[in-house]
Amino acid sequence: MSETVSAVHVAQGELTPPSANQGLLEVFRRRYLLKLLVRREISARYQGSFLGLMWSYINPLSQFFLYWFVMGYILNLHKNVENFAVHIFAGLIVVHFFTETFAAGTRSIVRNKALVKKMAMPREMFPVASMLVSLYHVGPQLVILVVACLFYGWTPDPGGLLAVLLALLIIMLLGTALALLFAAANVFFRDFGSAVGILTHFVRFGVPMIYPYSLVDERFGGHTTAYLSNPIADAVLLMQRAFWIGTTQHPAEMARTNLPPNLFQLGALAVVACFVLLLIGQMVFTRLQNRIPERLQ
Amino acid sequence: MTASIVAENVSKTFTLRYHRTFKQMTVAMVKGHDVSDDFKALDDVSFTIEQGESIGLMGLNGSGKSTMLKLINGIMRPDGGTVLTRGRIAGLIATGAGFHPQLTGRENVYLNAAILGMSEAETRRKFDEIVDFADIGRHLDAPVGNYSSGMFARLGFSVAIHVDSDIFLADEVLAVGDRPFKRKCMEKMEAIRTSGRTLLYVSHAAGSVRKMCDRVIVLEKGRVGFDGDVDEGIRYLKYDDDNTENEPDEDDTEDMDDDLGADI
Repeated sequence: MSETVSAVHVAQGELTPPSANQGLLEVFRRRYLLKLLVRREISARYQGSFLGLMWSYINPLSQFFLYWFVMGYILNLHKNVENFAVHIFAGLIVVHFFTETFAAGTRSIVRNKALVKKMAMPREMFPVASMLVSLYHVGPQLVILVVACLFYGWTPDPGGLLAVLLALLIIMLLGTALALLFAAANVFFRDFGSAVGILTHFVRFGVPMIYPYSLVDERFGGHTTAYLSNPIADAVLLMQRAFWIGTTQHPAEMARTNLPPNLFQLGALAVVACFVLLLIGQMVFTRLQNRIPERLQ
Repeated sequence: MTASIVAENVSKTFTLRYHRTFKQMTVAMVKGHDVSDDFKALDDVSFTIEQGESIGLMGLNGSGKSTMLKLINGIMRPDGGTVLTRGRIAGLIATGAGFHPQLTGRENVYLNAAILGMSEAETRRKFDEIVDFADIGRHLDAPVGNYSSGMFARLGFSVAIHVDSDIFLADEVLAVGDRPFKRKCMEKMEAIRTSGRTLLYVSHAAGSVRKMCDRVIVLEKGRVGFDGDVDEGIRYLKYDDDNTENEPDEDDTEDMDDDLGADI
């Protein structure tokens, strides 16, 4: 045997509870394991399909063309909204990031039950890995968007960069928070998984992606507080600020009519709100996860 | 002596669901049936295991052995009382390792080792040793979902035993392996035992428990029925009758112990 038999093994450290209990902090301490899980998720999300990873781009692209045609041609928004394609696509990137995180995160624990039932590990790993996989797909989409914007004469600016980062941060926090909540709940009642499909529908229509914000402002007569309290709407507006505004003929005029005046303030507020939601999500998850292994059949 | 595993008044309750859907629940409530029913898998279990001890955890089916291992491993948390452990824990729960059926054996080795707390470098260093021990040949690059139950168990055991753990949990590991593999496992566990690591061994085979362990804890319907000397524990369970006819596994292990005796 390779072990030296003579030296008696002595365990280091304190007596501690064996179950992981530091939640998300523990997830980020064990980055190597997280990396393996993310890599696994990337290869497994479209397991058994012929087109594989391409589905991550086919899905948003098909949505893009649908909205572009229905809203643009049939409802004639091409006339009213300058560069309507950019307007849709900028919003679609964050909306798709959110819906993918939400849907995959909700299923993550049930899908990985082989591991969850047999191994001791922080179970927050799975929703977080789902979020990171979705984030991984945002990259190529952003590249496409930037190329398209450059074509329209858009130039990058520091405010725009800040807006993109804020938008992504909002979705990362919100997506992880909801993925945690729903992933745990889905173990107990699969109804939560079904509810996700309905909620994503609300998300797509509840943000200024397939219609301009100016229309919302007009309909509500300036009373848009409720509409803007949706963090995803804020993230989409930040994306419009970063990309779409810069592609139009008169950016200053467009920003005045199509963005809320206190956009960055709203964005910062949304980040704080989503962070609080993440803490709540973690608390609920910690409570529920005691019963997760025995409820996974 | 330092304590390695401390269980204090541990209890764990499972819910037996009678009715799950909204419709079934409403019907049950209207009829006045129980909507759910609890059962105590562990009830006020306390014991202390010192570092380096080798414990045989015994009991009939459903006595709470696997639940106890899951609490020690950290997969589950107790509903009441506390479980405390010192150091890194590795091992197998109920023969199967936590493998992902869609991943290949190779990928699962890395993932499993990472979950058990090994770094990438550490895994790479031990990879050949792990694969040699499991001895599953070309199947290493096939998804583990296609493995036979024997191969599955071999690879799982191999990863777990090559982790530098302070506590090793072995739950009926020998139930699926063939005889040469069983012998290899016993040798490895013997090495663990002599190296001063804590060994917790769940088995129904009195022979191998006698060989491996220096203390036996018997669980009885979720309570500690006996805690102490190996032979007395086996007698307490009435497993001491060596020619029990309705326990073929026992004879098998007894034979193997004889073989082992010749080898060592």
